Amino acid sequence: MTTVTHDGGQDETSAHPAGGEADPQKLLTPVLSAHWDESDSYTLAGYRRHGGYRALRKALAMDPDDLIAYVKEAGLRGRGGAGFPTGMKWQFIPQGDGKPHYLVVNADESEPGTCKDIPLLFANPHSLIEGIVIACHAIRSHHAFIYLRGEVVPVLRRLHLAVREAYEAGYLGPDALGPGKGLELTVHAGAGAYICGEETALLDSLEGRRGQPRLRPPFPAVAGLYACPTVVNNVESIASVPALVDKGKDWFRSMGSEKSPGFTLYSLSGHVARPGQYEAPLGITLRQLLDMSGGMRPGHRLKFWTPGGSSTPLLTDEHLDVPLDYEGVGNAGSMLGTKALQCFDETTCVVRAVTRWTEFYAHESCGKCTPCREGTYWLVQLLRDIEAGKAGHADLDKIADIADNINGKSFCALGDGAASPIFSSLQYFRDEYEAHLAGRGCPFDPEKSTAWADGPSSAHLEVNA
Amino acid sequence: MTSVEMGIPEMPAPDYPAEVRERLEADAREIIARYPDSRSALLPMLHLVQSEEGHVTRTGQRFCAELLELTTAEVNAVATFYSMYRRKASGDYQVGVCTNTLCAVMGGDAIYASLREHLGVGDGETTEDGKVTLEHVECNAACDFAPVVMVNWEFFDNQTPDSARALVDDLRAGREVAPTRGAPLCTFKETARVLAGFPDERAGAVEASGSAGHASLAGLRMAKGESAPGVVAPRGAATDEEGK
Repeated sequence: MTTVTHDGGQDETSAHPAGGEADPQKLLTPVLSAHWDESDSYTLAGYRRHGGYRALRKALAMDPDDLIAYVKEAGLRGRGGAGFPTGMKWQFIPQGDGKPHYLVVNADESEPGTCKDIPLLFANPHSLIEGIVIACHAIRSHHAFIYLRGEVVPVLRRLHLAVREAYEAGYLGPDALGPGKGLELTVHAGAGAYICGEETALLDSLEGRRGQPRLRPPFPAVAGLYACPTVVNNVESIASVPALVDKGKDWFRSMGSEKSPGFTLYSLSGHVARPGQYEAPLGITLRQLLDMSGGMRPGHRLKFWTPGGSSTPLLTDEHLDVPLDYEGVGNAGSMLGTKALQCFDETTCVVRAVTRWTEFYAHESCGKCTPCREGTYWLVQLLRDIEAGKAGHADLDKIADIADNINGKSFCALGDGAASPIFSSLQYFRDEYEAHLAGRGCPFDPEKSTAWADGPSSAHLEVNA
Repeated sequence: MTSVEMGIPEMPAPDYPAEVRERLEADAREIIARYPDSRSALLPMLHLVQSEEGHVTRTGQRFCAELLELTTAEVNAVATFYSMYRRKASGDYQVGVCTNTLCAVMGGDAIYASLREHLGVGDGETTEDGKVTLEHVECNAACDFAPVVMVNWEFFDNQTPDSARALVDDLRAGREVAPTRGAPLCTFKETARVLAGFPDERAGAVEASGSAGHASLAGLRMAKGESAPGVVAPRGAATDEEGK
């Protein structure tokens, strides 16, 4: 069990479920989500009422290189999964190269379990737009794009409105970055393809092609959109910049740890009493989040969970006290990913869960790389047989072997993601796979896992009423 | 023609009637102007042609190819890569049940099975009245509202088999239906036009359903002390109740 804390100090997360350490008013730090409960939070007026676009004035008064250094010193790391330092990404853009520079915001949120950028854009799109203008000043870009997955039309409507408002207010347009220094912002809706969340596939898609990842190098910072220097950042990363600039890097660093500073959105979902968005300093634990929010649904216990979407190796109830930051989750053998905390209780069949995720990866594999295209296909065939109890014990080794032949052997991380649930579920739940084989079928009743299994209506609707 | 159906449209395709062509061309020029390189307009233009005919026809593909100076093969390669482009005539309401792991486990599988039986259609099929096309969809970034059903890409959160059946009954009966998050439903074609980048001009469409859904506010409300933490189920206590 991992109990080491990231700051080397006393472990604050008590092993006991009850007590004052779960005081949400002390543990949670709503920044991006601070005003989502106001009826006009998504409008320019609502955003400006709480200091919106104040950071922009400050940033535009700074030299672009100083601004990049400032964001770097603040320690902001990418919130889309990989955790790469945002300021460093900006710094990689060659300056004085005579080519256009582009900022592309990755709003293709599609990783199973991940549900933070969509509510953020729905309730507070201007935080992203302000962050975009600041970032474009830093990297000397005059055209930015928001690549939004297509399947979220309510969010698209609000982005259309917010961008129009920002143009009308002069935050975008011919003099956005100073007299004669314009900035155009294009909202681009995708058309349904998980792979377009991978940054180079996203760029191909934005160029009007099939979304297939590119071989790197060259990296997007050198040859990205239209073969020009391009920064691709996640929505939450860019939306965090205005608060960071406004309140300062010391304030930002007062949250989280040395290597993982700042605040972030954690998304609780699954068999928990109160699913939802919880904005907290990096390094909070799942135990703290569950304790403050009412735990698992009554009468049930946590069986397994993902720290950051289905591509991050599963964890179990052994890992409740792992600090949810980049280092903490990494040390526990997984990845922080998108902080999509999908929690499954003891009614859930892990073989069913992994089979379904694997079907997803097989469906979404773009087909470019053979190990991923063929491997995910064969994993699905074997897993369906295992789930139905029609496979042999050698097939458990075979899925591990196939996963090993996908992992690290394709252009992009989709293949690695497909291997993660296989490896981790075999590591923690091999006996459950074997039970399917021994019992010639699945021992679980899927009806018991449903949201309505324990009562006539959905429990969290009632508690929030 | 061979007997093997490859799904590749027969070319050359007929053109749009002149007045349709003129109208779509004006829209397409507007889309193309958003990008430094015209080819970037292809995805939104495929949404645009879908808003005209309800799916991406060979005529629509020919139109995109001509305006972007691409071959129809290049357009077809893109149109068949993305799951939001329909390849055959379909219903006014695209009902997608999330059956990715979390929603499936929370009840999405049961909802999907129930709708298939209730509507008498299989995956990707349309009811005889042309109203509802049923499909299962992948994770739609609303896991804290599971199980989720999307209709024309608006969110219907926290669904049950009963609520989903009532939903499709309302759609087929022509009753006005409002999503949990999003605007009162318009047809699939009208939705496709918004996806092409033309803002929804209906009064109240942007503000409909409020700033944020209830789950999105769970942490904020707790941080403000507005809702006391619920009773913590003693973890481990359920061990005895396995299979309860």
